[in-house]
Amino acid sequence: MGTAAALAQPLPAQATPARIRIGRLTSLAATHAVLLAGAAFMLLPFIWMLTTSLKSPGEIFSADFTLWPRKFSAVENYDRALTSAPLLRFALNGFIICFGILVVQLLVAIPCAYALAKLKFPGRNLLFVLVLLGLCIPVQVPALPLYIALAKLELLNTYFAIMFPFFLSVFAIFLFRQFFKGFPDDIIHAARLDGMSEFEIVWRIVVPSAWPAIAAFSVFSTVAHWNDLYWPLIVVSDTRLAPPPLGMMFFADAETGSNYGALTAAATILTAPLVIAFLVARRRFIEGITMTGVK
Amino acid sequence: MAAVELQSIVKSFGATPVLRGIDLAVADGEFMTLVGPSGCGKTTLIRIIAGIESQDSGSVLIGGSAIDHLRPHERRVAMVFQSYALYPHMSVRANLSLPLVMSRLRLHERLPLVRLLSGRRRAVMRGIEREVEAVAQQLQLGALLDRRPAQLSGGQRQRVALGRAIVRHPDVFLMDEPLSNLDAKLRVHMRTELAELHQRLGATFIYVTHDQVEAMTMSNRVAMMDSGDIIQLGTPTELYARPANVKVAQFIGSPAINFLPGTVGAGGRVELLGRQLALEVALPAGAALTIGIRPEAIAARPATAAQDGEAWLLARLRRRENLGPEHILHFDLPGADLAPIVCRAPAQLHLPADGQVALTFDTMACHLFDASGARVAARGANAGEAGGREPVVVPFRS
Amino acid sequence: MRTSATLPPPPRRSRQLWIERLTGAGFAMPAFVLLLLTNLLPLIAVFYLSLTDYEFGALDAAFVGLANVKKAFADPVIRRSISNTLIYVATVLPGAVVLALVIAVLVHGRKRMRSFYEVAYFLPVTSTLIAMATVWQFLLHPRLGPVNGALRWLGLPEVPFLSDPAWALPTLAVIGIWQLLGFNMVLFLAGLSAIPKDLYEAAEIDGAASGIDRFLTITWPLLGPTTMFVIVTTSITAFKVFDTVAVMTRGGPMGSSEVLLYNIYLEGFQYFHTGYAAALTVIFLVFILAFSAFQTFALDRRVHY
Repeated sequence: MGTAAALAQPLPAQATPARIRIGRLTSLAATHAVLLAGAAFMLLPFIWMLTTSLKSPGEIFSADFTLWPRKFSAVENYDRALTSAPLLRFALNGFIICFGILVVQLLVAIPCAYALAKLKFPGRNLLFVLVLLGLCIPVQVPALPLYIALAKLELLNTYFAIMFPFFLSVFAIFLFRQFFKGFPDDIIHAARLDGMSEFEIVWRIVVPSAWPAIAAFSVFSTVAHWNDLYWPLIVVSDTRLAPPPLGMMFFADAETGSNYGALTAAATILTAPLVIAFLVARRRFIEGITMTGVK
Repeated sequence: MAAVELQSIVKSFGATPVLRGIDLAVADGEFMTLVGPSGCGKTTLIRIIAGIESQDSGSVLIGGSAIDHLRPHERRVAMVFQSYALYPHMSVRANLSLPLVMSRLRLHERLPLVRLLSGRRRAVMRGIEREVEAVAQQLQLGALLDRRPAQLSGGQRQRVALGRAIVRHPDVFLMDEPLSNLDAKLRVHMRTELAELHQRLGATFIYVTHDQVEAMTMSNRVAMMDSGDIIQLGTPTELYARPANVKVAQFIGSPAINFLPGTVGAGGRVELLGRQLALEVALPAGAALTIGIRPEAIAARPATAAQDGEAWLLARLRRRENLGPEHILHFDLPGADLAPIVCRAPAQLHLPADGQVALTFDTMACHLFDASGARVAARGANAGEAGGREPVVVPFRS
Repeated sequence: MRTSATLPPPPRRSRQLWIERLTGAGFAMPAFVLLLLTNLLPLIAVFYLSLTDYEFGALDAAFVGLANVKKAFADPVIRRSISNTLIYVATVLPGAVVLALVIAVLVHGRKRMRSFYEVAYFLPVTSTLIAMATVWQFLLHPRLGPVNGALRWLGLPEVPFLSDPAWALPTLAVIGIWQLLGFNMVLFLAGLSAIPKDLYEAAEIDGAASGIDRFLTITWPLLGPTTMFVIVTTSITAFKVFDTVAVMTRGGPMGSSEVLLYNIYLEGFQYFHTGYAAALTVIFLVFILAFSAFQTFALDRRVHY
């Protein structure tokens, strides 16, 4: 009985107030040390990219390492980068392609998601199963037959070829359907009673309420397609159509091994749009990513 | 042993003061309720007692010793949260065992794989399991021990939260509006259960609620708070019969007290709607008064039946609410721009519809408050009669 | 206009129903057509092609059944490629998940520097990998790069990160972790924010006050669904590695960094062995589906409450 009572005693308290405070301070210091070290690792390439693009070749190839350039060669490097490859053209292609893809994605996915969520029609369940299946299939799988088809139709090396496989986003359909399902049916019934056509209901009433999801998805889609290499690499050989990643690859090939200053300048120019957009619209970016986790 | 004392507790969140120097002594084994409107600071106060919030200045003592430097689990208090805060991924059994596991097992005896090496752990766990079973029986949770919180009803979850508190055998139970998430019937049932639990355990209970019925029915004493201060501390009867403040008077009692504007006339005589009442106060003439009359202190009868020599108000029936055994009557005072007067009446009372009604009340049952809301003592105005309770012959009708 | 909360649905006469069906089908039609054209038909085509020996540009092809698949599994290049890819996933997964969790837990409690950390850790996710790949090449350069410079400064030998077969794949894995960490961190932060604060307070009163106790008792169990999601998406994303290989190592040195998708690219779009590439694509798809199926069956049960 004595041991049972002894086992039922709480263990003695450990820390005095002073020790608690010191413990808290050291854990805070350790936390920030770890976080800062990690942040340094994350940011190192960016910082290096920027500073190298400002350095002259002499400095780059010298044996010692300085962070800040001693001789400012920014103008030469950036000029070299911009003239030896159509970087701005690559960025423009990026905008065109991402925008084109996004517009079609939204135009196709929103009505489809609405129909899946709110309307009864033949084949509805089959379509939803197919959508779920599509979520599991990455874009690299249908690449081969699509390439052959486009080649036979002589549509390679066109904007259409770059954008076509992405016009349908099963992810968008899935995401919007979740959102629309939560939209109150009564509002839709009231709109129907008021004489609105279903088309108007979708675009004038339901879409505005799903705006956060749409914005978040747009961010997600733009980032994914701005940075896509695989498919453009396959269908594009004409540098005039190259989106940023492919353009960078062409440029790096042309500048094999030598001009790191110009190379990093080019990298800076091509990375800048998304980074700036991210810094400006940080909330939306993070919401977009978080939405993918909310299933 | 388990008496709680708060000394000058001050707390602000940023620039907003939430507690302005609270002094409170709770006796050992007492059921003390902190009551008040939202934002008065009552929840912050018990969180400070629990240790999950720390005060800016002031001291908390339990059993006579200051505990401010102790961490929550060292303070021998247990808390029931408004949302119950049950661990959703653990069974009821695990929820109830957790406090004991935390306090009796060392860290290496709790880590997932390492704990298999400890022999002492098995013995301790057996003891814990026995205690958890006992508490579960006490609260009729025996059949639910292997369920998860998501599979329980609101009332069952509440009992698990209580069990988790009981299992620690704390000196002080802190409860933050534990009944507010339950439906009305269950709330009534749980009030009794909690009161009986308090009797059984004999521990000190500090209970926070915004519901005055809970405060009145369960407590030994009630502390009414408003804007960071305690505006009255006393037994439920004291708060009901002698509210120190208009806010207390308004908060306690259902339906709420009726307030009528009054003034002080010549000789300190209280005047209502231009007529004198048989009451005197020690205030200068012309001072504003608020006169409070509880619905249960008003009697209604047809005006035609009013007797001469009674104090009564002329009123017109506006609405009648049927509660079954009694009715709640709402009256307008014609000619006076005032809120409707509410009174309670037996169900059988017959009043003419749209007819004139006389509302009579005992003037000594009036609660008088000055312009700042504080209670003012009143004497019966008939000199010579010590606290006379006879209505005075000043009939008035408007 | 009546907009009450409980409006009964309009009378469902057969014409009404017919219109709804037509509208629904009409709305879904473009998506369905695109689904067919970009997903289903190509999928069937891939399966079909894998059973032939079609070479792109050839005039005809013969049906060879499972010969392509057998050839793939017997081919040491492909076997090495699959094992490289799996090693890559096995290296990236713990790094990108565990580190992201640690960082998320540390960042979650911060108030002041939180924005800075969120930006710093998420920036690599938004960057164009190809552009950054060039920068990484420079960073890891044996003579010119600061990493080797730091190693020399510490007295350690130089490491030929991208030209040594033993180092190439792990280096690519580290870059993969660098790119994925921020994404996973954001997901974990969202999961952490979803844990009700009063659970931690109740735990504090119950005695689970230290960091380890809080983590084991509450944080880790309640992050279960998020962790599962992060593990699955990270493994799938890692399995699809291509960009860094194509730009930085081109599968070298000596095939030590050849990954499955890169081989598919080479076979299908450089050498134009279409049938063979289709068979490799099928193998690729099977792996991806296996990762998704693992989520649905094995982890799902353990994690939800």
